[in-house]
Amino acid sequence: MIWSRLTSAATLLPWSLPADASAHGPALDHHLLLNLWIALALLALAHLILLTGLLARRHSAPNHLWRIEYLPLAALALLFSTLTVKAERLWAATRYTGASPTALQVEVTGVQFAWYFRYPGPDATFGLTHPNLVAPGEGNPLGIDPNDPHSADDHVSSQLVLPANREVDLRLNAQDVIHGFSIPEMRLKQNAVPGQTIHLHFTPTTPGTYAILCTQLCGLGHYRMNATLRILPPDQFANWLATQQKAAK
Amino acid sequence: MTPHSNIPPSQPQANKLSPTPVLARVFSTDHRIIGIQYLILALVSVIIGTLLSLLMRIHLVWPDWPLALHGPILPEDYLALVTIHGTIMLFFVLTTAPQAGFGNLILPAQIGARTMAFPGLNAASFWLTAIALITLLASTFAPGGAAISGWTAYPPLSAVPSSGPGQALGMDLWLASIALFAIASTASSINTLTTILRNRCPGMTWERLPLTVWGWFTAALLSIIAFSVLLAAILLLFCDRHAGTSFFLPNGDLVNGVLHQSGNGSPLLWLHLFWFFGHPEVYIAILPGMGLTSMLLANFSHRRVFAYRTMIVTTLLIGLLGILLWGHHMFVAGLNPFASSAFSISTMAIALPAAAKVLSWLATTWRSRPSYKTPMLFALGFVSLFITGGLTGPILAQPILDEYLHNTFFVVAHFHLIMAMAGIFGLYAATYYWFPLITATSSHPGRLLSEPLGHLHFWCTLIGAYAVFLPMHLTGLAGEPRHYAQLTGIPSPGSSLSPAGALLSHTLPLNRFITYAAIFLAAAQLLFFINLTRTLYKGAFASSNPWRATTLEWHPTMNPFTPSPASDTAEISVHRTPCHYQFTSTEISFLPQWAPVSFAQDKIEKATDSKPE
Repeated sequence: MIWSRLTSAATLLPWSLPADASAHGPALDHHLLLNLWIALALLALAHLILLTGLLARRHSAPNHLWRIEYLPLAALALLFSTLTVKAERLWAATRYTGASPTALQVEVTGVQFAWYFRYPGPDATFGLTHPNLVAPGEGNPLGIDPNDPHSADDHVSSQLVLPANREVDLRLNAQDVIHGFSIPEMRLKQNAVPGQTIHLHFTPTTPGTYAILCTQLCGLGHYRMNATLRILPPDQFANWLATQQKAAK
Repeated sequence: MTPHSNIPPSQPQANKLSPTPVLARVFSTDHRIIGIQYLILALVSVIIGTLLSLLMRIHLVWPDWPLALHGPILPEDYLALVTIHGTIMLFFVLTTAPQAGFGNLILPAQIGARTMAFPGLNAASFWLTAIALITLLASTFAPGGAAISGWTAYPPLSAVPSSGPGQALGMDLWLASIALFAIASTASSINTLTTILRNRCPGMTWERLPLTVWGWFTAALLSIIAFSVLLAAILLLFCDRHAGTSFFLPNGDLVNGVLHQSGNGSPLLWLHLFWFFGHPEVYIAILPGMGLTSMLLANFSHRRVFAYRTMIVTTLLIGLLGILLWGHHMFVAGLNPFASSAFSISTMAIALPAAAKVLSWLATTWRSRPSYKTPMLFALGFVSLFITGGLTGPILAQPILDEYLHNTFFVVAHFHLIMAMAGIFGLYAATYYWFPLITATSSHPGRLLSEPLGHLHFWCTLIGAYAVFLPMHLTGLAGEPRHYAQLTGIPSPGSSLSPAGALLSHTLPLNRFITYAAIFLAAAQLLFFINLTRTLYKGAFASSNPWRATTLEWHPTMNPFTPSPASDTAEISVHRTPCHYQFTSTEISFLPQWAPVSFAQDKIEKATDSKPE
């Protein structure tokens, strides 16, 4: 009761967390707010003890007393252990295992200073890419190999468009420097590192338009390395995908 | 075990005949002069660093504001401001002032030694640090612009000159500056460690060492371990830039049309090496302040430090854990998620020795009879800011929460409260407390900084610190990332805000408030400079031990600026731990570490060991 009131009070703050539109988000938010309230309570408690101790005067004092020295530490150890275990369970749920085989596959590539999103097309397989084929001016910013049969139906978008309520498996990479792929409203952040492919999976829930940011300093255009995420209801997404594939042909 | 030979034979150059006394004084090997030189270097650095931070704050809320003689601040200018601000504050203020500055000025006296172990090396360390600072400042004028990779200098951005402005000569000079600093800092730390190990006076056992010395000791250990790794990393990065190696460059990396296929390195290797240095660096900056705070709270509360032995153990534990948790900077960097879990646990673990320190501070002041002199106020401010900044540490130590908060202003608020604010409060406490020792000369005793001005300075700084950094937590929670030169994003068609612009510009009103608060905070520091200038010319003279301190630097013959030949100096020996005080109804008496009385000590221990009623 008290907890839900505190939580709702927190969301009414003028600069509160942005909207939460992913399946794993509410649990993350709940844990974050729990942590913030605990920190606030400990902050108030410590300052209260400090001020009370300073204002109430007497001169005899212990310089070593086990129950002052160790009991609060034991309590804090218990508290932090509980938070760690809870946080680890949430982390494990989203990161210890990969996406289900039926998840929608999208490749995300960070390039100074844009995000590209590649969909594998009906063959569900990404075509090969080669860095020496990269030619943004000729419409091939990712260096897709035209000789690879899998690449024929791939299509590249500047927007990330996803269906609601279906798991997505993003494969992140970067062409040049480290970028930070972040969608605050999906409670998602992961660096895209050149030379590595990193998988990230999540399920968007609420249709709408959201911001994609770069959160790892990547050069002078870092602040404008934005893109847009559009979450569509499944039928609209199917239409969008069909239109894109037609255009790709 | 107590070493017996603590008396290096001669006083440094001050007394020697020299054909160029000014030069001899400037290039002195006297640790006290070197300490002051370090403090002046840190003061110049902190002024530059603060002005740069104000420019960043102003640009964030008024992006079109043109800078005099420069014009509008461009995105690469903003990132150069970020980089130089971070570098200068981290290295040349927070590492230099507490460790090398006050370490040189006070440490030898506090352990009953007359000099540092290696005076020549000491002077060389300082001049190397000065050259490092000049190199850093020179890098801002380099063709191609100042480095813009942030103080963390992640490759490939920093490794490939073609990756944009600031990655050419500016980056090379930045690397050279940090390499020089790393060498200087390692040499200085070797000096500190050797001094503590070998030059303690008779009776100064490990358990009787003031906690400040334990802070310097642990920070020096960390410096030697961490800076050597940083130096190696910098050399590798330099080779990647100029020798055709690819320690940090993956095969097929394509930067701005230039393809790199020479090897098969990984940028993550840099992150590991850098943060193996970077996180201990935080503790190098804050440990001396923690030690000093413990001593000041006891001194001005007229108490012994609560749980003295535990405080020594926690200092060492913080040092040990400090080098085991670098990976918490890399939760979303591309590490295996299981590694993130391991680093999460080691990071949560360090909260416990830190909490033990806070408990000791609270217990030391608890229902004491404190005297609120300015050093005490700054020590209390340190405690408050350390608690406030520290409590968000465990939040960021949880990978699932870091997934949202990483590289947002929440993190900026967290480390600025601890390192920048608590760190600076530690430095102010040290300055106000030791000012009589800094200003004493052979012709007059030291001067005390003005108390009323000091109080005003403290309150304005405390309010300013909280007004700047508490709201930053909220802008971070709202999703505002660091290192953004502007907060409006790319406009959508029809010049409306894009989703990113809408999300980011949401924080602008609060950001305006933060900028006003930052200007107030910086302006409040003028009170300190007024106090400093005024006191240097006409401040009140202090007695030989104005704070009724019990540590050796206040011993009458230890007054650093009284040049007395070593042969005339009475042998100093230590008889107890610091901070022995005793009350009667009318007065407070204290037993300094050097006083050879024993009967009073028993009485005091009886009085202070009793439980509170």
